Amino acid sequence: MAYSNKVLDHYNNPRNVGSFDRADPTVGTGVVGAPECGDVMKLQIKVDPVTGRIEDAKFKTFGCGSAIASSSLATEWLKGKTIDEAMGIRNTEIVEELALPPVKVHCSVLAEDAIKAAIKDFQSKQGTEASAATATV
Amino acid sequence: MENDPDMVKLPIYLDNNATTRCDPRVVEAMLPYFTEVYGNAASRNHSFGWQAEEAVEEAREQVASLIGASAKEMIFTSGATESNNLAIKGVASMYRKKGNHVITAVTEHKAVIDPCKRLERDGCQVTFLPVDKYGRVSAQQVADALTDKTILVSIMAANNEIGTLQPVGEIGKLCKSRGVLFHTDAVQAVGKVPVDVEEMGIDLLSLTAHKIYGPKGIGALYVRRKDPRVRLDPIIDGGGHERGMRSGTLAVPSIVGLGMACELARKEFDSESKRLFNLRERLRKGLSDNLDEVYLNGHPTERLPGNLNMSFAYVEGEALMMGIKDVALSSGSACTSASLEPSYVLKALGVGDELAHSSLRFGLGRFNTEEEVDFVVDDVVRAVNHLRDMSPLYEMAKAGIDLKTVQWAAH
Repeated sequence: MAYSNKVLDHYNNPRNVGSFDRADPTVGTGVVGAPECGDVMKLQIKVDPVTGRIEDAKFKTFGCGSAIASSSLATEWLKGKTIDEAMGIRNTEIVEELALPPVKVHCSVLAEDAIKAAIKDFQSKQGTEASAATATV
Repeated sequence: MENDPDMVKLPIYLDNNATTRCDPRVVEAMLPYFTEVYGNAASRNHSFGWQAEEAVEEAREQVASLIGASAKEMIFTSGATESNNLAIKGVASMYRKKGNHVITAVTEHKAVIDPCKRLERDGCQVTFLPVDKYGRVSAQQVADALTDKTILVSIMAANNEIGTLQPVGEIGKLCKSRGVLFHTDAVQAVGKVPVDVEEMGIDLLSLTAHKIYGPKGIGALYVRRKDPRVRLDPIIDGGGHERGMRSGTLAVPSIVGLGMACELARKEFDSESKRLFNLRERLRKGLSDNLDEVYLNGHPTERLPGNLNMSFAYVEGEALMMGIKDVALSSGSACTSASLEPSYVLKALGVGDELAHSSLRFGLGRFNTEEEVDFVVDDVVRAVNHLRDMSPLYEMAKAGIDLKTVQWAAH
């Protein structure tokens, strides 16, 4: 199969590979996929508590080149976005940007799932914090 | 270690279990039969026909000698898929009054499994024997599966993915003692490991030219002529060529090529199998010494000299192949197959799906060199490390998390 230049670029020079401390309250972590399915994505966002914007994002992915490229691209797009904006990222946009063929569409779906899972994790942490804060007042 | 691109010519072909480059000596031998000796081997009334027939009969000798058969026992076909189909369906049809049970194994090539499945649809019973963790079946398993209705046992000599050799000699002996016909798909084995139809009690044997540096589209089926005399219902009817078992004008240039390929394989057998074994071990050692958590698939010693199948834990096969774009090889990963299922052969061995996704098959051949092997070792080590740096699974494993205990959000 021929890969698009953008997929090759993300594969060879993945952006934002790495990990944040999962316990950090400003960090949201999403892990989606399963090893036996051949792809696992871990995507993390770090949210600026003052502005509410995603100040940084990191990923680690086990999967094919398209899965790596999808998650790498997702971290690029996430930076600077608000949570609401991030929720609006669609897998179809990833497919278009990376010129993924039909058999690789599931890689983009996984990336969208990872974004949503990371946001959900972050929000649940905030929720706990918020209620904890209210309780102490 | 730095790779010097001037040292080896890229890309490197390391997929010799899939097919091989035609040896220039084979091509040379074939050429006159396109433009000079172009007669029909069945033409009995002129020199064009006689010369073509002579060439075919010489090739028949060359093919037979490689497997310890006599020339009259070789039937030319279009390749091993046809040979397997002819052996399996031909026996089932010819001996249907005697019985309707066939025994084979789960790791056979699709060209054996699918004809067997068709027999099942047509009312035969087929036993697909499981294999051990190395991909082997035992003669005992075959013995236990035999019934008074069994007419054929079909077990491959060597597996195309994992290189595991089956104990064909023991199975052949068993079949002989029980009066059951024994077929072996020896496509990967002939010319690479010793194969002798007499010593091993083989009644039918499939082989093909393109796995032994010959042309594609030509193969042969060995059909025993005595003790016992094996009979087959043909699949292709017509002019009654090849003792009536396979009609169709003989592909003289291709047959000459197959003959030459067998001749070269036989003459260079000792030195070449040793050389391939050494290359394979150099590759295996290079990879295992420079990477942790790599696993050999298939048998450690009972395997084809040129085959290495390894899983590189925590990285995915297709991504790995992307990282070694100058090396042509295969992966057991689902992403590289049309079916999006990981290799059924690795599954049959009990290799977990995640390790099947992480597997590469290295197929060394006649034209590979030590320099190429060294290049491949460096390239694979670099690619695996690159991918492990971004693998969440590697990170978790290094942190001491047992991946089997993780609740994955499967999709």
